[in-house]
Amino acid sequence: MKHIAIGILGAATLGLVASAASAATLDDVKAKGFIQCGVSTGLAGFSAPDDKGDWQGIDADFCRAVAAAVFGDGTKVKFTPLSAKERFTALQSGEIDVLSRNTTWTINRDTALGLNFVGVTYYDGQGFMINAKKLPGVNSALQLSGAAVCVQSGTTTELNLADYFKTNKMEYSPVVFEQLSEVDAAYDAGRCDVYTTDQSGLYGIRLTLGAPADHVVLPEIISKEPLGPAVRQGDDQWYHIVKWTYFALLQAEELGITKANVEEMKASENPEIKRVLGQEADTKIGTDLGVSNDWVVNIVKAVGNYGEMFERNVGSGSPLKIARGINALWTKGGLQYSPPIR
Amino acid sequence: MASQEILREEPSRGSFINDPKVRGIVFQAVVVIVLVALVWWIVQNTIDNLTRLRIASGFGFLRGRAGFDISDSAIAYSSDSTYGRAIVVGFVNTLIVAAAGIVTATIIGFILGVGRLSHNWLIRKICMVYVEVFRNIPPLLVIFFWYSGVLSVLPPPRESINLPFSSFLNQRGFYFPRAVWGEGSWLILVALLLGIAMAWFVARKARQRQMATGQQFPVFWTSAALIIGLPLLAYALSGFPLSFDYPKQSTFNLTGGFQVKPEFLSLYLALSFYTAAFIAEIVRAGIMGVNKGQTEAAGALGLRPGSILRLVVIPQAMRIVIPPLTSQYLNLTKNSSLAIAIGYPDLTATTGTVLNQTGQAIECVLIMMVVYLALSLLTSAVMNVVNARMALVER
Amino acid sequence: MQEHDLSFVRVEMALAQSAPASERGLGAWIRKNLIASTGDTILTIIGIVLVAMILPQLISWAFINAQWTGADRTFCATAAQGGVQPDGWSGACWAFVNAKFGQFMFGRYPIDERWRPILVAILFVALLVPLLIPKVPRKGLNAILFFGALPIFAFILLVGGVFGLPHVETPLWGGLLVTLTLSFVGIAVSLPLGIVLALGRRSKMPIVKMLCVIFIETVRGIPLITVLFMASVMLPLFLPAGVSFDKFLRALIGVSLFAAAYMAEVVRGGLQAIPKGQYEGADSLGLGYWQKMGLIVLPQALKLVIPGIVNTFIGMFKDTSLVSIISMFDLLGVVKQNFNDPHWATPQTARSGLVFAAFVFWLFCFGMSRYSMFTERRLDTGHKR
Repeated sequence: MKHIAIGILGAATLGLVASAASAATLDDVKAKGFIQCGVSTGLAGFSAPDDKGDWQGIDADFCRAVAAAVFGDGTKVKFTPLSAKERFTALQSGEIDVLSRNTTWTINRDTALGLNFVGVTYYDGQGFMINAKKLPGVNSALQLSGAAVCVQSGTTTELNLADYFKTNKMEYSPVVFEQLSEVDAAYDAGRCDVYTTDQSGLYGIRLTLGAPADHVVLPEIISKEPLGPAVRQGDDQWYHIVKWTYFALLQAEELGITKANVEEMKASENPEIKRVLGQEADTKIGTDLGVSNDWVVNIVKAVGNYGEMFERNVGSGSPLKIARGINALWTKGGLQYSPPIR
Repeated sequence: MASQEILREEPSRGSFINDPKVRGIVFQAVVVIVLVALVWWIVQNTIDNLTRLRIASGFGFLRGRAGFDISDSAIAYSSDSTYGRAIVVGFVNTLIVAAAGIVTATIIGFILGVGRLSHNWLIRKICMVYVEVFRNIPPLLVIFFWYSGVLSVLPPPRESINLPFSSFLNQRGFYFPRAVWGEGSWLILVALLLGIAMAWFVARKARQRQMATGQQFPVFWTSAALIIGLPLLAYALSGFPLSFDYPKQSTFNLTGGFQVKPEFLSLYLALSFYTAAFIAEIVRAGIMGVNKGQTEAAGALGLRPGSILRLVVIPQAMRIVIPPLTSQYLNLTKNSSLAIAIGYPDLTATTGTVLNQTGQAIECVLIMMVVYLALSLLTSAVMNVVNARMALVER
Repeated sequence: MQEHDLSFVRVEMALAQSAPASERGLGAWIRKNLIASTGDTILTIIGIVLVAMILPQLISWAFINAQWTGADRTFCATAAQGGVQPDGWSGACWAFVNAKFGQFMFGRYPIDERWRPILVAILFVALLVPLLIPKVPRKGLNAILFFGALPIFAFILLVGGVFGLPHVETPLWGGLLVTLTLSFVGIAVSLPLGIVLALGRRSKMPIVKMLCVIFIETVRGIPLITVLFMASVMLPLFLPAGVSFDKFLRALIGVSLFAAAYMAEVVRGGLQAIPKGQYEGADSLGLGYWQKMGLIVLPQALKLVIPGIVNTFIGMFKDTSLVSIISMFDLLGVVKQNFNDPHWATPQTARSGLVFAAFVFWLFCFGMSRYSMFTERRLDTGHKR
């Protein structure tokens, strides 16, 4: 019987990461000394472990930015890989503090699932990819009637797919899998003709296929997929911190504050830059939010501004080479817009 | 002696703390209190969590529009159907794959079990290697093997393998012509049922006659003639109402005909082959459990080896075999939930998708548990009836 | 006084003669075992054809044509697929297994810390082997070390966070490490729990009995995957806000409870096989309930059901592969995860990886079943009817 007692004891110490009441996530996070961040099980450019096991990608970097805002240190974050099925329960139950896992913002998720989306870190849309070598002459999604379509189950993608084919009076046979890796494998093996998911994802997946050049992403975008981080409902302070971390990333890009020049910028005479970086005398912007006044400096030092984050993970600095498109700042014709930090 | 003195001094049962009855009641009371407290704590926590997070609860969501499609559905289903129907589709798929798997696994298992006791050294060894390999690897791996095997060995749709009767085999599955029944085909069904009924009746009569007079009657051939002949006659009489829908090549896949998807194929084959190894062991133990004297006595009576097996050994072995066989059938049914790994839409997979789309974790997991539990209890009940009938053989 | 002459009775034994030539040697063996009758001959021919179809292909794939070394996918792909192998080549890609071996064993456990699981594994084997060999003395001390000291030591070493060892979170664990940890803890928890449940089911206390029956029958009626779903998506909602369990621990609890229900039924079978006289004898000696069970009934009952217990262990070991469905990376999960590595994506990768995983699982399960047969024979005191 002895070893049961030991087992239970060991188990208790191993797992019971008890934390204080969820009403104040910030206190809770400060007490444990790190942010628990929910990410995907591996999607190139958004959140995927590299060879050393470090999480890379926009979603992972966003969590680092929040950690930088709270602790002044972008490394104080721990990642929990979650499947599509687990992601909401994990957030609801307090297992994670931020869900930053290429999750689409919908009204149902805001109202019925008890989440609060903080913003849109990546404007995406659902697209289709086919093997052009095997299917010459197909250059539009409207030619796909009768195709077998690979899709991940339990996602908005699956619903949009059904709606799109129904609206256009086309037939298809779905091939669904739980995990993205299984969908990839099935598509690569030729189990289906078409792969559908968010377009950014398609570009990422194309890289991992046997012969990337054979595959083309069709031009149609069939849905709006605003991907963004979410927090639990019922804690406004934490919600504000995460939300304004996102806006600070945008604001930094708009003002030209980068990872490289942030120290020089602190001495800038521009009143707006001074205000954002917390260099104004008697400023209370940061402390009112519940973080230190130089929070934006910490964020930019940790991950750079939004533009740098984008280019590094999915843009020109990455193998994905996705153009900014609608994810450009509003000043450059995109949709990314931050309310003033003042 | 000391113990005798104590007995004399204390004729009563002693302190009531040591009374086993009182102890039992106290102990049970403690268990009940702890359990009730635990359940109350869990329920309270859950209610707290749900209200705090404003998650709607209840089974009302089952009436909502599902919005997703299911690849393999035996009953009418589209994305406009309800979540409830989606779960029913999954349930039907589970039943189909479990039933098909049970039949095939039993057949393969019996062949292997008898094969392991064969006089033929080579057959014995082949069966042994099979059983030892399949018994010792996880069923999930077997499923992956079949799936990756199916996908990598079979050709893409444009290079389908042509099989007889306009059937095709390719990566997207196995296609064969689908029968389209026309006007008057109900007559054929009636004829078939009639044929089966008559065959059963003939078999009964023949048996009675053999019991009474010892004369044998060719039951098999008569039954075959009745079961096949009558429907054929009805088919001719009703004016050949049967036509076929043949699979044809289209832009992407073959269309038309009846398609067995590779997900179903690999799950079905994997479950059959995996469970067969266990059934083989059960059958072997059952046959070995029959006294050797029985075989020898039957041989002395002049029965041929086939008849010995069929009339003497198997009926007795069945009594030993049925209880463990039941649990293998239950295992196969439960293992069919591994379908989720290769995307066959069984109960677990569709309920999982519903869970994901609606976020109703508690309700969905509850539905899954209740359905599997009911299925298990039902299978056990049926097999208990079979077992009771077999047990009557004992005299 | 010798009245009869018995000289016709032979005094010395007749010398044994060798069997007739038709019953000796290879020819006779073949006649007896392979071509005894027409049917037998047909079966033999079918068997030979079957073996001839499968075996040469298997051997050439797994050994002769296999690629044992290589740095990336080009070594395992044919020229048409952008590799170095000739077209039509089909062989196992052991180079892939070789390159990913560390991951298959430890998952994403930090490379600098991998000496820790290795040390635990060495200690595990060093303590387990003497425990399994009946001749080695000091079984008591050995068992205490194995079941008492080793788990504590392994826990400290694997999780870390004390004595200057860096903390390694369980999401980083993977591969065979996870498979073995899950099975070992599952076995260690499910056996005692199963015994308690079995005793509860045979208890005279109606409420305890009912609870045990409900638990056992419910768990046995549902698939493990449902239990794991429950552990991964439902359990968090059952706990007070803000309290959360490690995912690894949740899977551990799920697997252990599941196995305990099966174990309980096996143990119950053993309890039922013990004659009533043993219970009554223990009662008449004045033993209490736990003394009766611990000293008289359980030692006999458990001995009877060793094959069943080991079968449950084997089943549980195989079942740990299901945690890959709830996105944990056990051996099978890690192997599958690596199929997606673009550096290694070839048609042979998946097959080779799966065969490797199957071989590892097979090795453990086969070993366990053989050891159980050995123990069964050793403990067979000849009282079996």
